[in-house]
Amino acid sequence: MKLSVNGTDHEVDVEPDMPLLWVLRDELGITGPKYGCGIAQCGACTVHVDGLAVRSCQLAIGDLAGAVTTIEGLGQPDALHAVQEAWIAHQVAQCGYCQSGQIMSAASFLEGNPDPTDDDIDAAMSANLCRCGTYPRIRAAVKTAAAKLKEA
Amino acid sequence: MSRLGKIARRTFLIGSATVAGGVAFGTYLYKRPIPNPLLETLAEGEAAITPYVKIDARGITLITPRADKGQGAYSLQAMLIAEELDIDPASATLTPGAPGPAYYNWAVLEEGVPMPAYDQSGAAKAMREFMAVPAKLFQMQMTGGSSTVPDSYVKLRMAGAVARETLKEAAAQREGLSRDALKTENGAVLLPDGRQIAYTDLAADAALIEPVMDVALRPASEWTLLGKPDMKRLDMVAKCTGTEVYGIDYAVDGMLFASVCANPGIGGEVIGFDASEAETMRGVKKIVPVAHGVGVIADNTWRALRAVNAIKCTWGPAPYPADSAEIFAKLDAAVDDEDSFDHRQRNEGDVDAALTADEGAVFEAAYKIPYLAHAPMEPMNAIVLVTDDGCDVWTGTQIPLFVRNKAAALTGLENDQVRVHVQPMGGSFGHKLEMTHVEQAVELALAVKGTPVKLTWSREEDMTHDYPRPAAVARGRGIVKGGKVETFDLSVGQSAMAPNWFGRLSGLSLPGPDATITTGSWDQPFAIPNYRVTGYRAPDMVPVSSWRSVGASGNGFFHDCFLDELIHEAGADPLEERLRLCLDDPSRKVLEAVGEMSGWNGPSLGENRGRGVAFCLSFGVPTAHVIEVTNTAAGIKMDKVYSVVDTGEVLDPTNLEAQVFGGLLYGLSHAIYNELTYENYAAQQTNYHDYEGLRIYQVPKIEVKALTNGPRIRGVGEPGLPPAAPALANAIFAATGQRIREMPFIKHIDFV
Repeated sequence: MKLSVNGTDHEVDVEPDMPLLWVLRDELGITGPKYGCGIAQCGACTVHVDGLAVRSCQLAIGDLAGAVTTIEGLGQPDALHAVQEAWIAHQVAQCGYCQSGQIMSAASFLEGNPDPTDDDIDAAMSANLCRCGTYPRIRAAVKTAAAKLKEA
Repeated sequence: MSRLGKIARRTFLIGSATVAGGVAFGTYLYKRPIPNPLLETLAEGEAAITPYVKIDARGITLITPRADKGQGAYSLQAMLIAEELDIDPASATLTPGAPGPAYYNWAVLEEGVPMPAYDQSGAAKAMREFMAVPAKLFQMQMTGGSSTVPDSYVKLRMAGAVARETLKEAAAQREGLSRDALKTENGAVLLPDGRQIAYTDLAADAALIEPVMDVALRPASEWTLLGKPDMKRLDMVAKCTGTEVYGIDYAVDGMLFASVCANPGIGGEVIGFDASEAETMRGVKKIVPVAHGVGVIADNTWRALRAVNAIKCTWGPAPYPADSAEIFAKLDAAVDDEDSFDHRQRNEGDVDAALTADEGAVFEAAYKIPYLAHAPMEPMNAIVLVTDDGCDVWTGTQIPLFVRNKAAALTGLENDQVRVHVQPMGGSFGHKLEMTHVEQAVELALAVKGTPVKLTWSREEDMTHDYPRPAAVARGRGIVKGGKVETFDLSVGQSAMAPNWFGRLSGLSLPGPDATITTGSWDQPFAIPNYRVTGYRAPDMVPVSSWRSVGASGNGFFHDCFLDELIHEAGADPLEERLRLCLDDPSRKVLEAVGEMSGWNGPSLGENRGRGVAFCLSFGVPTAHVIEVTNTAAGIKMDKVYSVVDTGEVLDPTNLEAQVFGGLLYGLSHAIYNELTYENYAAQQTNYHDYEGLRIYQVPKIEVKALTNGPRIRGVGEPGLPPAAPALANAIFAATGQRIREMPFIKHIDFV
């Protein structure tokens, strides 16, 4: 089975019903997307498929139709995406385990809604769970990222 | 010697045997210095001047032995060392190091002393200092109890200062100068002629001289890193780029992947299992029975998880009541039952006389809290490699030495043949004070000796095999007179937590009462004429553990809500009466500050709106929240929260704020939504769909303020939690007239 992740083509020999999450983590060693619940309740596994945020724990590899971007492909420590910059500026992460998913959700959301209201942000980000309670800073960071992306 | 010098000598670990005390058991052993573990493994040209700083020609490594579960422990420990060492902490390599007795936690047992935190008498201080003795003897290298900052505050700055002065001495000897003539900056010694010698260049020389021990710590006014408003956590970039490697992400060459299912009746036996279907599934390498369950080793985690689900198990009963109704009946029966009496650490005035003198005036209320899972985002996991002469464990843990000792016992190896490599944790909240998953991983690895095995629990396994926060019940009786609270009597019933946990980890029994039954209620800084708090010990039931803020997580709710009810009965103002009763100056200032911030002028905010105030002193940190709510058609909406803490000093204002609102939200989330209920011995909640957490749209605006009137520095990972639930319950009463005395609140009222 073939797939493109972060601009690189891969071929994997797996069952078609294996979730994309486990192909990424255990077959390709791409561990930015996290296993949190396995039932699309927490959003820690969020990646982009052709730019849209999807829960990789629920997407069977056999149903994948598009290029995959993980947090590692969004930006790197020396080449940060605007959302990551905002996350760092607001010191959002505590344990950080959910933040790959939070950032991927935010980046996809801001692509489609560059000028969000507070309610828009709350609605868009409510499918991502954070047990540490970093929500106040997530809110602030999404706003900062939106402003930054508009300038660009 | 100055007091600071005395503390520094005692807490510092090289060559220092000058301890205060000489008390009770094990004085000799306690006084014997513990060797610096880094000295055993040094290569040529490396220097380990203290157990916390290692330098070689390639760079500087800082050892940060308190584990990071999201609270920022690694970052702050590195900052403490770097402040005195004069290096950029971001340029150093951070490692939790190899667990060892040198890294015992001086402060973690302090909460157990029978004096409240506001008691600053000589006897109370001596007792707290004495708790360092068992901490050292039991090799309590443990992260917990909001103790990382108080434990590290002097110790790690001393480590940095000793290393700095020793490097200066090495430079002085090399250059034929006096050490006093040298300065340090950004990882180098500055010579009077303007030349610099990098620390890395001095490492080999420094290794050959005696460490310079007579160092003085810099005053806060000279700090360049600590206390600054723009401090940045050293792990932030990694956590925002997916490059932080948690235990669940760690990989070892050639490893296999595994999962397990154990009896959901915790401690129950396996009567039988049928793995015939699982054995044939793709990628499955081996089916391995483990204690109380069965595991699958496969070539991929998902294949292991799927194969585990295909195993048909028959479980025996667990050694506790089968369902929640039976469990709560036992808790109810324990309260006020003489035979279940455990301890009474608060007994002022004459409560019995007051209650019998005016029986008709006695106000009563009963409270109830459920078992709670920790449910951090990262499920339990561990990689274990067992060979004939050693065992390696890679896992995120708060208890590395217990893990080491248990792995040694299971493998038949000596303790020093087991190496525990502590990994960053994706949350814990106390979950990773347990190690059943590591024991299972060792059993799996023993079945494929020579091959590393990575065990990952499914979320369902994690939820149903958590050792939860104990369920508890409380009964309050009180009398008000002349608009004042006059009699306050609280009885709390709970299974013992601390002995249960410690026994599971160590095999040792912990005699005496279990203070956690009333921690957070007996020790509050109030003067009430007749004031009594009693702990009753229910039988051991579901095995229980520490959950963020431990005893105070429930007792903060019981104590403050009952106080709020009595104040209402008295017709007094909730904030004014708490202030009138408060006997501790820093605590009073916390209450005053939260009143000012919130513009407090009574609990009412108009029709369908109200606010509640709550206070709890836990882990030495007086903390108050004011929560404002609106009773909308769709349910209770939280509008705004004002939070004030007093931590004595503030080292990282940005992270402090995050810990306070994080504790607050963790507390609110569980108070509103969560419980573990039991049927047929098993927890009924299996994943986040039936163990919901607050979502971003429900989160109010939060303002946090930190005061520094307290007598000494404190940690703030937990204190934000205990007053969260009572502040919300009190606010709901103000807005609706409805008292909520049971968690989760959602059983009694809707939320937006």
